[in-house]
Amino acid sequence: MLSKLPSVAGRIALPFMLLALAGCDRIELLDPQGAIGEQEKNLILIAVGLMLLVVIPVMALTVFFAWRYRASNTKATYAPKWSHSTGIEVVVWSIPCVIVLMLAVLIWRTTHTLDPYRRLESQATPVNVEVVSLDWKWLFIYPDYGVASVNELAVPTGAPINFRLTSDSMMNSFFIPELGSQVYTMAGMQTQLHLVADRPGTYPGRSASFSGPGFSDMNFDTQAMSWDQFNAWIKQAKAAPAILDEATLKALEQPSEKTPPTIYASAVPGLFDRIVDRFMTARMPKTASLSGPICTPDESVSRRND
Amino acid sequence: MNVRTSLDTLATVESPQVGHAAHHHAHDDGSKTLFGFWVYLMTDCLIFATLFATFGVLVDNVAGGPSGKQLFDLPYVGGETLLLLVSSFTFGLASLAMHAGDRAKVLNWLVITFVLGAGFIGMEVKEFAHLVADGAGPDRSAFLSAYFTLVGTHGLHVTAGLVWLAVMMHQTLHFGLDDVVKRRLACLSLFWHFLDLVWVCVFTVVYLRGAI
Amino acid sequence: MFGKLTLDAVPWHEPIIMGTGVVVALGGLGVLALITYFQLWGYLWKEWITSVDHKRIGVMYFILGIVMLLRGFADALMMRTQQAIASTGSAGFLPPHHYDQVFTAHGVIMIFFVATPFIIGLMNVVMPLQIGARDVAFPFLNSLSFWFSAFGGALVMISMWVGDFAAMGWVAYPPMTELGMSPSTGVDYYLWSLQLSGVGTTLTGVNFIATILRMRAPGMNMMKMPVFVWATLITNILIAAVFPVLTATFAMLAADRYLGMHFFTNEAGGNAMMYINLFWVWGHPEVYILILPLFGVFSEVIPTFSGKPLFGYTSMVYATAAIGVLSFFVYLHHFFTMGSGADVNAFFGIMTTIISIPTGVKLFNWLFTMYRGRVRFHSATLWTVGFMFTFTFGGMTGVLLAVPGADFVLHNSLFLVAHFHNVIIGGVVFGSFAGMNFWFPKVFGFKLNDFWGKVSFWCWLIGYWLAFTPLYILGLKGMTRRLNHFYVPDWQPYLFVALLGALVIGAGILAMLIQFAVSIKDRKKNVDLTGDPWNARSLEWSTASPAPFYNFAIVPHITSLEQHWEDKERGRAWRKETDYEDIHMPRNSGVGFVMGAFGFVLGFALIWHIWWLAAIGLVGMVGAFLSRTYDRDIDYYVPAAEVARIENERHALLAKAV
Repeated sequence: MLSKLPSVAGRIALPFMLLALAGCDRIELLDPQGAIGEQEKNLILIAVGLMLLVVIPVMALTVFFAWRYRASNTKATYAPKWSHSTGIEVVVWSIPCVIVLMLAVLIWRTTHTLDPYRRLESQATPVNVEVVSLDWKWLFIYPDYGVASVNELAVPTGAPINFRLTSDSMMNSFFIPELGSQVYTMAGMQTQLHLVADRPGTYPGRSASFSGPGFSDMNFDTQAMSWDQFNAWIKQAKAAPAILDEATLKALEQPSEKTPPTIYASAVPGLFDRIVDRFMTARMPKTASLSGPICTPDESVSRRND
Repeated sequence: MNVRTSLDTLATVESPQVGHAAHHHAHDDGSKTLFGFWVYLMTDCLIFATLFATFGVLVDNVAGGPSGKQLFDLPYVGGETLLLLVSSFTFGLASLAMHAGDRAKVLNWLVITFVLGAGFIGMEVKEFAHLVADGAGPDRSAFLSAYFTLVGTHGLHVTAGLVWLAVMMHQTLHFGLDDVVKRRLACLSLFWHFLDLVWVCVFTVVYLRGAI
Repeated sequence: MFGKLTLDAVPWHEPIIMGTGVVVALGGLGVLALITYFQLWGYLWKEWITSVDHKRIGVMYFILGIVMLLRGFADALMMRTQQAIASTGSAGFLPPHHYDQVFTAHGVIMIFFVATPFIIGLMNVVMPLQIGARDVAFPFLNSLSFWFSAFGGALVMISMWVGDFAAMGWVAYPPMTELGMSPSTGVDYYLWSLQLSGVGTTLTGVNFIATILRMRAPGMNMMKMPVFVWATLITNILIAAVFPVLTATFAMLAADRYLGMHFFTNEAGGNAMMYINLFWVWGHPEVYILILPLFGVFSEVIPTFSGKPLFGYTSMVYATAAIGVLSFFVYLHHFFTMGSGADVNAFFGIMTTIISIPTGVKLFNWLFTMYRGRVRFHSATLWTVGFMFTFTFGGMTGVLLAVPGADFVLHNSLFLVAHFHNVIIGGVVFGSFAGMNFWFPKVFGFKLNDFWGKVSFWCWLIGYWLAFTPLYILGLKGMTRRLNHFYVPDWQPYLFVALLGALVIGAGILAMLIQFAVSIKDRKKNVDLTGDPWNARSLEWSTASPAPFYNFAIVPHITSLEQHWEDKERGRAWRKETDYEDIHMPRNSGVGFVMGAFGFVLGFALIWHIWWLAAIGLVGMVGAFLSRTYDRDIDYYVPAAEVARIENERHALLAKAV
């Protein structure tokens, strides 16, 4: 019963959502291009559908009661002393309780399946990408391929993308709307995100968390392509004139706006961890405790931030 | 800002008593003010709770600098603690004298309380100066920021308490032990014991836990 | 000598700012000239600035809110215009640094200096009257609270022309707000103005808790308190519980900026996430601080204009208390995307949805109050019905945002922006105006013009839906908040509609100003002689309009939840007494104003690092306060004969009305 209801609710919600969005535009979050986004779209529709079961009657009753019991309508019943009914009270407490109970089950399940830290189950070879937010651009490092790029992200379709993210300065939020979840990037922290692009295409990515004057231009294109094309992209990248080393990183750390996409033929190994550790070592506890970060000089273990 | 608020609450007017229509010429019996002061103390308590929580999060973030174990001198802090605890006791004696209506005794005990409190602040300032001179100032690490702020906020409260004590000594002389002075002394007494209690937590959480 | 303050601090080269400055300066000079011309200075000082009367203080809070609403709305118009034109290559008319200040100021002003003064103003005016008290527990403290808030607002305003305001969003997340990344005075203006007003709000919390728990009229036990009083009690408990956290958090950020500490820095072990947690420990209860009093307003308006008692009083009380308790267990939903574990996220998501249960119950109870009633469509009723309709939708989108999986894509988007405007405009603003139209005669003795009130309502309602429905859609299209310009032409049509909506809201504000003017002009025509213009139910309507400064000549004895209604039913209302007694009242005091002014000096000096001036500010505050502790002439008695004279006049008017 409980498991069936969401899909019914989803079917109720969909036309309403479409009605609300009467424009002919594509609504990106409702037309996602990856499995995570797909699940999130369904979750939004189911949750909205469930709630509309109460919200629509309440909104309608508000208008109806106000109209029906207007002072000039003397035909309507008038019960000037009536202010209590155990029956109604039970109903008005139970209805929200039932809806919330269903939502709670839904939340518990989906929060675990959609946890950004959860690795995606897939036959395909995953691609690791290390993301660093800088003032005001995005640096992407491909540790498995030794290449890197700024403000351009290439991924193969169908392959799980394992992101590790951090910031070199301000806090940002890494977000590719059409692929799904966003996650914060914070200096001295390492967050994780797992996404997949199911269809080839160009999906804009941006920062969702305000980070200063150059924030509006922290855009990048996510190119989702076939494995063949991706391999070709890597090969082409390896032939790029620029390389990413400490000196290049220093230059990139200077605040800049509207930075054009750039490809780096090689990236110094361990750069990402060094960026994380630069701030994290100060937070290193005398002994690894539950409350403190767990970080050793040569291996940084992903840690939950709470 | 919160230091001043402790004084502000004292400035309450005897507002019209309502609900006691029969005795409308009576002044506020002080229960309303004391109750309000209790509520204020709870808000102050939350400021300390916030600082304690932050200290708990940042205590290990020494950033390569000294930790509590290297810095804290337990016997010295024990001395500070003793001063403050005894001052609470002497304030208690002042309160007893107040209820007995003995103005001279009240003043005597208040002076002793003041001296003990000032001694506490003096020792704390010396401790802070020592730490800063050793390069362990509040800007050295997150741990030291949290330490100085938590202990310093308590110190600022005690300092405000000392100012309040001085004012109350003068008011006791000036006005005698009338209802208003008694009510204010009652509030100050609550404040002073509250600070004592907070210090016990500081001593336990910051110094004892840090030194072990 | 003047710290960081030089003549360069004034943005001479910014035509928009300087133009506004000229207009404000001329307007201000005009007001000052009028006050001088009509010789109102003495009146203002004696009757308003130094007043400790809760009704007058409430009115001043409301005026503060309305003035700041105009400023905050001007910011909103600039933002909507900027976003409507800054598409695909166009830079718009506001460069990022200015635009960033505008959206920060908009948020700060609307939350702290519009919504907060509105609710505190309403609670000030109404609560003591509803519990049959002659004032609040600590009238001087009340005046001090107000002046701290007002001077805090003045600090925000002055930042426009001296230096700059913060440019980081109203939440002021570090590390961006640390000194290294925001070296200008903007963040300091933010911190000290909010510290000043925050202390004022905390003291209000202490004051009102003591008032409600200690000063109710005899016979009024807890379950005979009107729902508005219940809402006020819970609100002030929340204020006392969370504003100290904000004070401490801002103090730590200030310590980082002023003393080189490392609470929230990237370097030396600081932890910015600590700030974010602490901020929302305050921030989420804060939204209930803002909305609960308005839930109280609706619970007064609907029964009155439906001619029926409130449906389900007991469950209303429990629902209010439940919201208060639950509001502490939901704050993490503001940062589901910070990498907390799934268990933690799910817990806070579920707690957030649970809070919708008592809220839903309240909506049903209001519905069933109208059910089988005789609903009169006064503008207060319209605001209330408009609220129920609009807020329900905002509640739904709120619960959707509380589903972590959905929040992962909706967080930080315009969907979120639309959601909280949906509940703040649809709830707090509509509720404040419902309350204003409802209780206005109780304070001023005449009713507000209902026609212009209704025009204002329809403009706000239509304007709200027009302005924020597109933002919901844009959020679903992946548009994030706080963008200065963008490269997606798809978004632009929606932003045009949103701008149109903002203009319609502007018409609503204009209609409200016209409503004030017309009402004051026609005040003789709309005079309320009875003290009960709406045939209402609770205690405040049993006294005169305007309520005398002592509120009640004889302290009422409470036997019923709807005391005034019951008195009317039994023919006991407005009975003329013969035997009056002396009434004990507090004297007015200028110390609150002086302390607020010194607080302003202290804040301004700290912002500009003018240490000697800061010392003057601090010493001035403490000195003004100490001088008051030596003042023993702080109260007086209104002689029984004087009370009798005032009451006889009132009964003469009453007889004329009947």
